[in-house]
Amino acid sequence: MKRLWGSLAVNALLIVAGALAIAPLLWMVSVSLMRPGEADSFPPPLVPGEPSLAAYRELFAHQGMGRYFANSLVLACAATVLSLGFNVTAGYAFAKLRFAGRDLIFQLLLGALVIPGQVAMIPLFLMLKGMGLVNNFGGVLIPAAAGVFGIFLVRQYALSIPDELLEAARVDGAGEFRIFRSIVLPVLTPIMVTLATFTFLASWNDFMWPLIVLGDDKLYTLPVALASLSREHVQDAELMMAGAVVTVAPVLVLFVALQRYYIRGLLAGSVKG
Amino acid sequence: MRGERAGWFFVAPALAVIGVFFFLPVAAAFVLSLTDFDIYALANPRNLRFVGLGNYGALLGNPLFWQALGNTLYFVAIGVPLSIAASLGAALLLDSRLARFKGLFRTALFAPVVTTLVAVAVIWRYLLHARYGLIDYGLHAIGLPAIDWLGDPHWAMPAIILFAVWKNFGYNMIIFVAGLQTIPEDLYEAARIDGASALRRFWHVTLPGLAPVVLLVSLLTVAGYLQLFAEPYVMTQGGPGQSTVSVLYFMYEQGFKWWNLGTASAVAFLLFVLMLAVTLIQLAVARRRGVL
Repeated sequence: MKRLWGSLAVNALLIVAGALAIAPLLWMVSVSLMRPGEADSFPPPLVPGEPSLAAYRELFAHQGMGRYFANSLVLACAATVLSLGFNVTAGYAFAKLRFAGRDLIFQLLLGALVIPGQVAMIPLFLMLKGMGLVNNFGGVLIPAAAGVFGIFLVRQYALSIPDELLEAARVDGAGEFRIFRSIVLPVLTPIMVTLATFTFLASWNDFMWPLIVLGDDKLYTLPVALASLSREHVQDAELMMAGAVVTVAPVLVLFVALQRYYIRGLLAGSVKG
Repeated sequence: MRGERAGWFFVAPALAVIGVFFFLPVAAAFVLSLTDFDIYALANPRNLRFVGLGNYGALLGNPLFWQALGNTLYFVAIGVPLSIAASLGAALLLDSRLARFKGLFRTALFAPVVTTLVAVAVIWRYLLHARYGLIDYGLHAIGLPAIDWLGDPHWAMPAIILFAVWKNFGYNMIIFVAGLQTIPEDLYEAARIDGASALRRFWHVTLPGLAPVVLLVSLLTVAGYLQLFAEPYVMTQGGPGQSTVSVLYFMYEQGFKWWNLGTASAVAFLLFVLMLAVTLIQLAVARRRGVL
């Protein structure tokens, strides 16, 4: 009997907590489907009287949402490819190849994690300006191409590759690149999916750096465009919610599809301390 | 020898990027913070002058900087404990043997973490609206007075804290769930046999077992919350009455609105020093309590 009450309490609390967590997202979808001005009434309506795509039509036809979506998508995909290219090779080398100064350099990189990225922002902006990369996707992408977190993630995973496997290939006369391509990469596939998911989400959601680097509104990413729209269109709740749906939906879908890999990365990243 | 060359070849591209686009700018930031780099120097570097610690001195005499610092510390002091409590509560529920549909609930509770901060801040701006917002409507329905959340200097920061807790608790929840699973079941069994109540088991078995995880989560959350920026940028623009200007928001305005890049670099460095100091204090407290 006591167990029954306990079970009821735990599950009821979970339902309440879960509802609180997703209620704002459900409300966002609901308001995005209302007719212009419908949300500004009292009491606030919970569901649209008559579902309408007017807000989405306005966003894509007149507010350039299609372009911002494409910008975000291109940047997130490019960031993912770059991050895989730079961090996987480095993470593997820090785990499995011997070279002078390896452990010292790795310690130094981990130590750098205490420095907040914002410290670098101002000189980085001036540097990129000198290189002609301000108001340019390159300025958003290049500084994020390699990162300590990505290298750490891959290294921890690569440590589990047995040395005998690599030695055997060397004895057979395979070169280091051949070994990397045909033995190491297949083993690292799961952690590469994790790294790709993390990088894509981080790039898609990033705000402060694109806000600083991309001054031209044709280059805006979704978060930057949404922040700017929300300053101009404070009154248009339906329009803003439709913009939020367009921004949030892709990352939520990606997360639900790749949750397992994402959570693995989150846990690996947090045992570093 | 062959491994040596290959090793360097594999790490060189990543090290070059991190060196040129992170370490170099960090060092440059310190040098920049000792100059009066402003819009005139941006146009012509010959207008640049070395001012020593002048920027730091000016900041310490600037009331808005102190306000930004105070606002940020307020956000951290209230927001971090609330977030960790929410994370731990949610983790205990998810970890309970009595819970059903755990996967589904875990996904729902974690969903806010992966959402785009700017987009959900926009949503909350409408939820917190004083006239049409659902939150005030709810308060009204249970007989409480409506609050002008984002328009009242006393309520704007609490509103941002509420939002931040909702957005972030899922992250630490996942870490806590993993931590809870490492506490041996025998300890709970033994406590149960000794007749310890659920509350006492939580106090004497769960919490001590989680202590290292609590430390880790506090370090990460404090460092993250000290970097408050997008929430005030989107929800309040630092207002009302500068009650939500954070240190980074102040840095952003100094640097990229007024182009006082020397001052902004000094702000960034002070934030770094503050983060380092807070981390060291947390570690010292942990050591004294025997967690480390």
